[in-house]
Amino acid sequence: MSIILNHVNYIYGEDGPLAVKALDDVCLQIPDGQFVGIIGHTGSGKSTLVQHMNGLLRAASGHIYFNGEDIYDKDFQMKKLRSKVGLVFQYPEHQLFEIDVFSDVCFGPKNLGLDRREAELRAFDALRKVGMPAELYYQSPFELSGGQKRRAAIAGVLAMSPEVLILDEPTAGLDPKGRDEILRQIKELQVRTNMTILLVSHSMEDVAEYVDRIIVMNKGKVMYDDVPREVFSHYKELEKIGLAAPQVTYILHALKDRGFDVDVNATTTGEAVETVLGALGRKGTYI
Amino acid sequence: MGIIRTKDLVYEYVRRDEEGNVEGFTTAVDKVSLDVQAGEFIAILGHNGSGKSTLAKHINAILNPTEGTVWVDGMDTSKEEHVWDIRQRAGMVFQNPDNQIIGQVVEEDVGFGPENMGVPTREIWERVEESLKAVGMYEYRKHSPNKLSGGQKQRVSIAGVLAMHPKCIVLDEPTAMLDPKGRGEVVRAVRALNDVEGITVVLITHYMEEIIHADRVFVMDSGKIAMEGTPREIFSQVEKLQELRLDVPQVTLLAHELQKKGIRLPDGILTVEELADALAAGNEMH
Repeated sequence: MSIILNHVNYIYGEDGPLAVKALDDVCLQIPDGQFVGIIGHTGSGKSTLVQHMNGLLRAASGHIYFNGEDIYDKDFQMKKLRSKVGLVFQYPEHQLFEIDVFSDVCFGPKNLGLDRREAELRAFDALRKVGMPAELYYQSPFELSGGQKRRAAIAGVLAMSPEVLILDEPTAGLDPKGRDEILRQIKELQVRTNMTILLVSHSMEDVAEYVDRIIVMNKGKVMYDDVPREVFSHYKELEKIGLAAPQVTYILHALKDRGFDVDVNATTTGEAVETVLGALGRKGTYI
Repeated sequence: MGIIRTKDLVYEYVRRDEEGNVEGFTTAVDKVSLDVQAGEFIAILGHNGSGKSTLAKHINAILNPTEGTVWVDGMDTSKEEHVWDIRQRAGMVFQNPDNQIIGQVVEEDVGFGPENMGVPTREIWERVEESLKAVGMYEYRKHSPNKLSGGQKQRVSIAGVLAMHPKCIVLDEPTAMLDPKGRGEVVRAVRALNDVEGITVVLITHYMEEIIHADRVFVMDSGKIAMEGTPREIFSQVEKLQELRLDVPQVTLLAHELQKKGIRLPDGILTVEELADALAAGNEMH
């Protein structure tokens, strides 16, 4: 059970004079239950990539397999794919429209053809999973705070019971606490239900903190695909393509330059504390 | 009196039910008094819903106070006859670059403001040139804005405000939608406006690293100013900021965590170099 992309190409404006190769021979395998971060500068092909995974865009050439089935087979049911691979767009709260939060979350499962009772059960379950306080269920979605709106929108996708959840910059515009809360909830969801999560993000610190694996997109190609500490060890190359490493990477390199024996590949604050303490301890100082 | 001054500013939103009957009031800004001097770089932090955008919208008369007064360059913003002048003195840049650019060509977009003000054509071109140069976008003047990256578009938006020769510029989360490179470009452009052109800057952001060069930081909570100080003073209070749903730059957090483990470091470290130097200096002392 997984998503496999095999030599996938996609071209915007294929027949026109301004054709742009948005995906260039992309080969990837996303196994079940993984938390994957996708990073890349604006226009690098991240959003184009994830929109292929639930069939919103169709590859110009190449194959995509979902749980062993070729999604471009004429017998393949795209509708099923769209309910199995849930996509939360940027600023998803712009897509809230119902009179209350609960009705909004029910819309997806109802649209899948489930009866009312089943749809409502799923909606309750989804709202609980995103940590929405019960007293807000029957409030207008438009009166919620930014973070709560974002939760409502994510619940709307979760209510379709997807196996894979794709989030395109789910924390843009949220305050730091709201950012942490949403990402922690998503991490918990992945750990508890073994859901596959793909997180498109511009925050290197967030990606370093939460994901198991990072895919770096550049000019429609996969540039790096590895665990965070390996990917961020290429921080100079990342800077050349408009990205960066988490701030701790720069701190650890600055310490290394000053003669400290630190692990420069630590990527989170917690790991950095450990390696800095270790290095100070070895020097026999501060203790 | 400073260039931006508010006295006991209160702003209430009216909440209405579905029939349009008044249900109650929400106080978004609650008795805020502040005084910003010309040439200052001010940062405003605060969680979602803390009132910072509502406060900012008073500075160019998009909103009018429910109670209290706001003066921009000495003009009371609630006086209808001042609105036009106030919007020229205090320009505003918003979060989404795509909602702010209207021209088909970069230089046309930047020229829109001064043209609208009735500036003579030759002077418009001079202003367009200097504004685009100030944000480092002059070489893109003949480009179509929709081919630019997010950071480039935001710099064009800033140039559009600059071309109106404002005394101050208010930026409401200008980097929220940008990648790291775009964020860096915009922050550098904003600092240059402040340092080189002497324009008063009010920057609202959720990215803590962006404001370490500000002269003063205001932290808002429940419509009030909860904290005020230099970046170093503010970021020394890690726990208090976390209570207010905020954060500190990762380097400040790392230093704070090391302090908790017994490492002696100064409070409120703001940059990578500061931390590395402080640790190296401490190391030599022993």
